[in-house]
Amino acid sequence: MAYVPLADRDHEMEMHHPKTWIGKWVFCQDHKVIAIQYGSIAIFTGLVGLILSLLFRMQLGFPEAADFIDPSFYYQAVTMHGMIMVIYLLTALFLGGFGNYLIPLMCGARDMVFPFMNMLSVWVFLVSVIILMASFFVTGGPTGGGWTLYPPQTTLAGTPGHDMGIVLMLISLAVFIVATTMGGLNYVVTVLQYRCRGLTMMRLPLSVWGIFVATILALFAFPALLVAAIMMLFDILLGTSFFMPALIESGAPLDHNGGSPILFQHLFWFFGHPEVYIVALPAFGLVSDVLSVHARKNIFGYRMMVWAIIAIGGLSFIVWAHHMYVSGMHPYFGFFFATTTLIIAVPTALKVYNWVLTLWEGDIRLNAPMYFAIGFIFTFIHGGLTGLFLGNVVIDLPLSDTYFVVAHFHMVMGVSPVLVVFAAIYHWYPKMSGRMYHEGMAKLHFWCTFLGTYAIYLPMHYLGFVGVPRRYYALGTTDFLPPSAQDLNTTITIAALFVGASQLLFLINIIWSLRNGPKADPNPWGAASLEWQTPDTPPVHGNWGESLPTVYRWAYDYSVPGAHEDFIPQNTPESEEPTVDEQHFDPDTDESMADV
Amino acid sequence: MSEATASHEGITGLVDDWSADKQAYHVPWGKAMMWIFLVSDTFIFSCFLVGYLNVRMTTTEPWPPQSEIFALSFGGDPIPLILIAIMTFILITSSGTMALAVNYGYRKDKVRTFWLICATAAFGASFVGMQAFEWTKLIVDEGVRPWGNPFGAPQFGSVFFMVTGFHGLHVSAGVIYLLWVAFRVKRGYYDNKGFEIVEIAGLYWHFVDLVWVFIFAFFYLL
Ligand code: HEM
Ligand SMILES: [Cu+2]
Repeated sequence: MAYVPLADRDHEMEMHHPKTWIGKWVFCQDHKVIAIQYGSIAIFTGLVGLILSLLFRMQLGFPEAADFIDPSFYYQAVTMHGMIMVIYLLTALFLGGFGNYLIPLMCGARDMVFPFMNMLSVWVFLVSVIILMASFFVTGGPTGGGWTLYPPQTTLAGTPGHDMGIVLMLISLAVFIVATTMGGLNYVVTVLQYRCRGLTMMRLPLSVWGIFVATILALFAFPALLVAAIMMLFDILLGTSFFMPALIESGAPLDHNGGSPILFQHLFWFFGHPEVYIVALPAFGLVSDVLSVHARKNIFGYRMMVWAIIAIGGLSFIVWAHHMYVSGMHPYFGFFFATTTLIIAVPTALKVYNWVLTLWEGDIRLNAPMYFAIGFIFTFIHGGLTGLFLGNVVIDLPLSDTYFVVAHFHMVMGVSPVLVVFAAIYHWYPKMSGRMYHEGMAKLHFWCTFLGTYAIYLPMHYLGFVGVPRRYYALGTTDFLPPSAQDLNTTITIAALFVGASQLLFLINIIWSLRNGPKADPNPWGAASLEWQTPDTPPVHGNWGESLPTVYRWAYDYSVPGAHEDFIPQNTPESEEPTVDEQHFDPDTDESMADV
Repeated sequence: MSEATASHEGITGLVDDWSADKQAYHVPWGKAMMWIFLVSDTFIFSCFLVGYLNVRMTTTEPWPPQSEIFALSFGGDPIPLILIAIMTFILITSSGTMALAVNYGYRKDKVRTFWLICATAAFGASFVGMQAFEWTKLIVDEGVRPWGNPFGAPQFGSVFFMVTGFHGLHVSAGVIYLLWVAFRVKRGYYDNKGFEIVEIAGLYWHFVDLVWVFIFAFFYLL
């Protein structure tokens, strides 16, 4: 049987529209509903993570006022905060939330290729969150070993949650990996095989590229975490010694010997570093689109941006040991990993230049999403620069495990992606809900978040330089720490409480506008990409009405000379509007244009 | 199809293929999905094997003599690795029957396809059965446990049960999957949809075999 592409079989594939309430909203196979379910669960979990951070910040800033926080709880809060933010908030939100919502719409598809598995994915994700939350209620509480879960420390008596907490954490991670795999296979194959007519890969919006490559990273990086989790579960439950060397506890030797704690670190970071990019690449993609739309200019260097995403994705698998410089390694290995780490800075810097050049001479509209997108450029440059410090072995050794590290990774993978999350939610909110949010409130939310997070993390760099160690319950009295370190800690805590509280502006805004916001135009920003061209707003099940769209150009035709408006939707034929689509330049004869 | 993507050769041509209209290559989505899943699964097994090699290096006790432990005697002298040899042979044979099933599937010969898939599943089930036998022998007769054994490094048992167990789960899942496909073939479910599903199931099955070859080499021979 000759193979017919999915997009050409549209007429013969019938969609089953659910009739019941449960089929529509609970066990729904529509990618848009699944996206919102994924997003809501992730944001709810993220709020738990946020509250935990405020609690342990209280302990650091106002130790007397917070004496309900004992050292054990402090560590548990830090650990759960880190894990929740990285995995259950950002990974789930970018891949499960934005991936689900945007991929089929931007690819001109009716849904994911395998909607049933997509639905399973979100429910399995919910199970993993429930297991994670359950660990707050078991004896011993959740694990307090730090989000890196290094053995043997995590599994030994003395670490809070060494009994049930760590077991639930590992099971929850394994379940989460199953969920991401089911979703991830869908995203990748939908991008590869379910694009509408005329939509070549090199015409895809960068959002799709970012999520696509990040999903591939997830599919190849999470296995290492899964294996590490299985081995550690065996160590705990069956008494094996994968990660456990011979140990003496309270004077008595333990029943373990011959294992390798360093093996865990390798497995963890073989997952852990790509994980950074699983969060960052979708953010890169989404922010590119937001910048281009609100600057009314095509994204600068589209091809370069795509190749940079791919290059970063590939390189991210060969840098992991830069997290392990202090674990000790052969100098040649240190040299290798420092070099690869610094090489990643090249494509990353390219992207930053291109964002800035996209703004250059643009017709910039300072809408709320644009505020957040421009804020992202600042925080990302900032966090990226400190990364160059930490990538070098000799500089990392004294800075490792200080607040400098905390400041670095928060700027680069905490604040930056979160700013993009807000940019993207505000940007696509009119399409998702059919209503406009409150612009003034969104801008206020931006200033509180942007300035507030700077007030939190900028001083942390300084604390790190003077040597304040990370993961300490209290500073105590030491010779090398000036008393002002504690004052700075107090200031940071005040800023953190402020930032935490100001997120209410966001929640109130999006929940209130859901019913009371003014009706949104189908394409309020004048965006060219496909998701804004749906016949209904919000799009209905099946997305495209009678027939699938056909694409004639890339997603960035803004301010084209001679066009009727300052943007040309992707599905406008060449005959109706001029094209400057890069694909119409012959790369062999017109080198300069093709690359820029 | 845009003009610029049609004609190039070499690297540019490769890039064009990947960025081509609507889809890269003429592959049904189910098959593409299976391939990507298998690459992901390859990472899992690679991590297991790397972990195994690593603990084999770090453990402080001598590694047990595998060929003696895995020997089996049929009345006479014990023959080293004989059971594993039979298991490997069975699994490779099952890959053959699977390949035939795919072939008959594309020829729409439903009866032969059905029986060949069933034969593959039967081989798979007997593989799992022998594995259960081997585990019982190790646990009951030789006293090997995940946390220790009388022969030396405790990691021997840990890795053995973990890796072969994980692979055994794959085979068991494969048997169920194959039977499910077989019955749908018989019921005529794929008459209109096409028989690609047989090939997709086959991909999974060949992968499980291939992994076994690596486990066999790393675990029993090394
Ligand atoms: C209001 C927002 C936030 C505040 C005030 C905050 C504050 C902190 C502080 C003080 C630590 C502990 C440092 C230590 O003692 O080692 C920490 C740890 C951490 N945070 Fe955040 N954070 C926030 C948001 C985020 C976000 C959005 C992410 C997502 C990437 C994140 C990821 C982490 C990670 C991975 C750790 C390390 C946990 C560990 O040491 O095990 N944080 N955070
Ligand atoms: Cu890293």
